[in-house]
Amino acid sequence: MTDKNGFFDLSKSTLSRRTALKGLAAGAGLAVAPGFIRYSQAQSSAPVKIGFQSHRTGIGAAYGRWYEKTTAAAVKAINDAGGINGRPVEVVIEDDGTDPARGAEVVGKFATQHKTDIVFGTLFSHVVIGSAPAAGEAKIPYFVVSEGHHVASTKLNRYVFQPGITDVKSQIQSMAPWIAANAGKKVTQIFPDFAFGYDHRDYLPPALKAQGADVIAQIAIPPTESSFTKYFPQIPAETEVIYHVMVGPAVLTFVKELGEFYGSNRPQLFGFMDSLEATDINSPGLEFLDGSHFWEGSPRYAQPDDSAAQKAYRAAVGIDDNGAAVGDPKDVSTASHMFGCWETLYVVKKAMEDAGYKGPEDRAKLVEATEALTEFAEGPEHPQGPKTFNGKIHQCFGIQNISKVEGGKLKVVHKTKIEDGLYEPEGDYTTQAL
Amino acid sequence: MHFGPHLLLAALEGLVTSAVLALTALGLSLVFGVMRVVNVAHGEFFMLGAVLAWAISTAISGHPAIGFLAALVLAPLIVGAIALVAERLVLRRLNYNPEATIVATIGMLYIIQQLALTFYGPEARPVEPPFSYRILLPWFGYSGYKLSVIAASALLLVATWLVLTRTRIGLVMRATQYDSETAQAFGIPVDRVYGGVFALGAMLAAIAAVLIVPISQAHYLMGQDPLLLSFIVVIIGGLGSLRGTVVAAVLIGLSDGIISVFFSPTLAKIIATFLVAMVLVFRPQGLFGTESR
Repeated sequence: MTDKNGFFDLSKSTLSRRTALKGLAAGAGLAVAPGFIRYSQAQSSAPVKIGFQSHRTGIGAAYGRWYEKTTAAAVKAINDAGGINGRPVEVVIEDDGTDPARGAEVVGKFATQHKTDIVFGTLFSHVVIGSAPAAGEAKIPYFVVSEGHHVASTKLNRYVFQPGITDVKSQIQSMAPWIAANAGKKVTQIFPDFAFGYDHRDYLPPALKAQGADVIAQIAIPPTESSFTKYFPQIPAETEVIYHVMVGPAVLTFVKELGEFYGSNRPQLFGFMDSLEATDINSPGLEFLDGSHFWEGSPRYAQPDDSAAQKAYRAAVGIDDNGAAVGDPKDVSTASHMFGCWETLYVVKKAMEDAGYKGPEDRAKLVEATEALTEFAEGPEHPQGPKTFNGKIHQCFGIQNISKVEGGKLKVVHKTKIEDGLYEPEGDYTTQAL
Repeated sequence: MHFGPHLLLAALEGLVTSAVLALTALGLSLVFGVMRVVNVAHGEFFMLGAVLAWAISTAISGHPAIGFLAALVLAPLIVGAIALVAERLVLRRLNYNPEATIVATIGMLYIIQQLALTFYGPEARPVEPPFSYRILLPWFGYSGYKLSVIAASALLLVATWLVLTRTRIGLVMRATQYDSETAQAFGIPVDRVYGGVFALGAMLAAIAAVLIVPISQAHYLMGQDPLLLSFIVVIIGGLGSLRGTVVAAVLIGLSDGIISVFFSPTLAKIIATFLVAMVLVFRPQGLFGTESR
């Protein structure tokens, strides 16, 4: 073997004075560059890696896209303010296909391949329930923005948290008095036939019963269904309120067919915004919704009494006063849920700073530090409103909005109080081994 | 709701399903009958039709009917052109080998679906119906547009039947289906017939999608259900038989509508799949199919 090109000839690669000066200058330039100095106090300036399990494809894809936008905005805000413990935050995104099996694989991939510090993200409850065991096994903290009651039910494990969005059981409990008092006493429920829908099926009847109202029929619809008229004859004629919560790409069809079926001669409607997330409320055929009510996590439309924090949050994420992407009024956001990504990332930041988190070896400390949190004040970090956090059930509790459709917009007519949604914990995660 | 109106609603819903299903399945059946290609990407041509209908109808301002009619003409043509390109680039190079084309069309399914996700996005988007007349029955309201879908589909089916039985193109297609080698020996450009049939099959799916899209929105995953149901219809009706396809589509559509209104939609799917199994066991060529030679 001959070395014709002199690759291995060390004598050729002498360090010239010019090269040395260049290198020095570049090094000095980096050191004064913005961003570098801020992280320089940290012992390690390696980024905090957050594995983001996103619904990029599958029936949750519209949510996934807006969750990514909100997360990117929150990470930018956190990094601009100096990162977490002086370290920049880096997000690694993997697609879970809105599929539980794929979700569990993605969690495993974050833990072993990307070696992220935590896993964060996803919405659909069956994906969370499917992924939670993988997070527990890998002992990697798993922060979800899912809305379902599965975290608070304490049936998952100690590594799963939901600190950014109130769970369904609490939402229902806090809104039931309003429904019974303002909408009607005989309620028919329409819900998706999977975990998230079952939370509604199980917790609405007792919550209404306590207010002297009754659920007279429950209609479960598969989440992949594309045509709904055939279910409507099951709605009893004496129904005063239709309580609807649907998910998936066919939500608009659902609401439209409901309109065709009833016309203006309809019972009262109370819906979860899930039935219309990422869908323009002024789509043709939805006129009959005028005057009906919706639950909203965070209001889609800008409200006259919006706080400065709420305004700043909307601007950072890039949504206009109608809750659509700035510059594209047809690209409607999932405003009722995605605020949870923003807030959860700030909870992660707080917990990591409390724990003095340095790397994956401190994951147990991070779990304990998160469990020790009790309150999140309303402000730039929590623009949706104040929240309390129960470390035993890993769940936060916040205010809920009830909005009325008026003139093609959603106007908040009632805000619940945090106390309205509190319930007896069903268990205690802190007794589980780490 | 009383039994009578309940049954009427079920039948109406079933007929709408049948109408769309018959068109989609007919496309699948034609492609198989003439080319012996199992087109797994058929549902994606359906989806493309819906997505293009959205794009065309939003690009054209004015009364919704203008945009819709433009979509009804243009979307199937574009889809047909895409199918023709796919046929020339992929299927022809595989010599229409049955096993290879199944794998190739599975590949096409994913390519089309992911391209739609990339360029169209994950949202379900609505197309405004050309007219929104609500028929008020004494017991419930029903969309007038849905009834017009049934009529339009029936017209298109008759037109397809006329083309197949009364025109020279139809004769050439039937000759190719009957025996492609002999047809070639008699000077029929079998290769071009294959290209045309594949495009026509995709166009039928696209037309069905344009008709349904004002009822259910355009979404990049919407091709899966029609594909499955089309296979069920084509297997029950007999591969390559126009009459069988239409009869099976009405059968499956009506039973789906009626069973899902009175019992549950899941049961309707179970029964349809069970029917397929029974047909395969007792009459493998389908209700109206002929024994393969």
